[in-house]
Amino acid sequence: MKISGNLIASFVLFGLLLLAPLAREAIYPVFLMKVMCFALFASAFNLLLGYTGLLSFGHAAFLGAAGYVTGYTIKALGFPTELGLMAGTVTAGLLGFIFGSLAIRRSGIYFAMITLALAQMVFFLALQMKFTGGEDGLQGIPRGKLLGFIDLRDDINLYYFVLAIFGGGFWLIYRTIHSPFGQVLKAIRENEPRAVSLGYDVSKYKLVAFVISAALSGLAGSTKSVVLQLASLTDVHWHMSGSVVLMTLLGGVGTVLGPVVGAATVIGLENKLGDLGNWLAGATGINALSTIGEAVTIVTGLIFVVCVLTFRRGIVGELAALVKRSGVNVKSE
Amino acid sequence: MEIFGVPLNALYAQLLLGLMNGSFYAILSLGLAVIFGMLNIINFTHGAQYMMGAFVAWVLLSRFGVNYWLALVLSPLIVAAVGIVIERTMLKRLYHLDHLYGLLLTFGLALVIEGLFRVQYGISGEAYPVPEALTGGTDLGFMFLPNYRGWVVVASLVVCFATWYIIERTKLGSYLRAGTENPKLLQAFGINVPLMITLTYGFGVALAAFAGVLAAPIFQVNPLMGSNLIIVVFAVVVIGGMGSILGSIVTGLGLGLVEALTRVYYPEASAVVIFVIMAVVLLLRPAGLFGRES
Repeated sequence: MKISGNLIASFVLFGLLLLAPLAREAIYPVFLMKVMCFALFASAFNLLLGYTGLLSFGHAAFLGAAGYVTGYTIKALGFPTELGLMAGTVTAGLLGFIFGSLAIRRSGIYFAMITLALAQMVFFLALQMKFTGGEDGLQGIPRGKLLGFIDLRDDINLYYFVLAIFGGGFWLIYRTIHSPFGQVLKAIRENEPRAVSLGYDVSKYKLVAFVISAALSGLAGSTKSVVLQLASLTDVHWHMSGSVVLMTLLGGVGTVLGPVVGAATVIGLENKLGDLGNWLAGATGINALSTIGEAVTIVTGLIFVVCVLTFRRGIVGELAALVKRSGVNVKSE
Repeated sequence: MEIFGVPLNALYAQLLLGLMNGSFYAILSLGLAVIFGMLNIINFTHGAQYMMGAFVAWVLLSRFGVNYWLALVLSPLIVAAVGIVIERTMLKRLYHLDHLYGLLLTFGLALVIEGLFRVQYGISGEAYPVPEALTGGTDLGFMFLPNYRGWVVVASLVVCFATWYIIERTKLGSYLRAGTENPKLLQAFGINVPLMITLTYGFGVALAAFAGVLAAPIFQVNPLMGSNLIIVVFAVVVIGGMGSILGSIVTGLGLGLVEALTRVYYPEASAVVIFVIMAVVLLLRPAGLFGRES
């Protein structure tokens, strides 16, 4: 019998997330919400890198721009929360359409450079435009009420709302990957000329995948701006674009759950690096290790290097390979 | 005299600034193109290596009293040596894989290098004095030319054209071009291709470091000086295409000038103008101005 390891693991994951607020003394809901936003972001990115074979180095633009639009529409225009989220998502989708139309004209390394450059343009625009608040960003975005009566200022209410968004987005990506459309994307990833010769309009498929990925990244960014009540330049900076690549690579490119694992690891690491450094310094007696907390970029970069050199399948990919060797038939895709 | 409401002197000064920025774009995109031709890798570390070039020059001066002219030679050599170690120990393992892994590895390395310098030197930046022989300026009659800026343009152009000459007109260059076309065949002819790849990477990195030393007296020597520049250079590379050496040089200089003109006439757009041009070029000529469709 074929066990779909993914399905089981996903159910376990969402079951745990449903129960997580019970342990809110140990795990902050806001931290988990942040992780879920990034997990959605990385999953959306993985749809492009893992299943279509396109490396976008500009996904921060979608995350950040959507966050700004959501923040602005809710804070300055008084939109209800759900409408603000929609506005952000649609903006990211449109931006994705523009980026995608330009970038799919080239492939491989050029694709990565083009998306990076376009995202940098969005960064400069965000820096200069009035509505983004420039260096300060948009602060104190009100969380508002869902559908007018569920108060999202309550962390637990918001938690389940974010969980629903993450679940919905995750399900959408899962369905996309396992649809006939997803099969065509994988065909393009494996052998583009062949897909062309079979009569598929490859550019169109790539573009649609790009727009879906961008819109869902936008949804993640919008949600994040509501959760943290902040939209800032960090989210549009190229470090963020690199960060989502790292999450996906570390978790496992082209695996369903990899980006979720990767996002949780990277976000957890960023939050806990200071503690880890102090602990290491205490344990080993090397004081220099306590500065690890200040050097997040160094650690991020090192993980990147190690992943690329020795660990290209990522955590989930390696686990799946391990289980496969033990004889159980598991699909990680 | 004024052109479209801008005094001629101010216009010339901005154009010179543009030419200078353009020289940096030219050297850096040239280095990227040389590395890409041989290694098929986009060297994301290029910006960090440019920054290292500037820092090594600064350390040489402040710790060891090594003057600018010596640093102009020593710093690229030192940074290239570090680059060669990176190539031998890490990049080498990725040649049989998708090119994107090379991009990811060099991206990670760029983060590490930048982070290390930030921990060591902070982000406030260090000042590097203009060498004595090049202080002051010259009155050209129609404009005032700060000597150092003029020197940067001349030095970059000389290095760029020397690179062009080596690659297009010498025997060594012919090996290099052959290696770009078909490394297996070249290896079969008895050329040590892996060594050539290593030296090519070292040379490309040295170009970046050279640009860094040139930049040191103009900009603050700062751990972040390379990362923003390199993204613009990527756009320059997309616009020009990496197929031609002269193409890289011309595109780099031209875009520097366009950026300067934008700064004069519509300053709000000066930060994004190169990206806009990239978008337009992609629409009209996806392979780039000097690129070949592959």
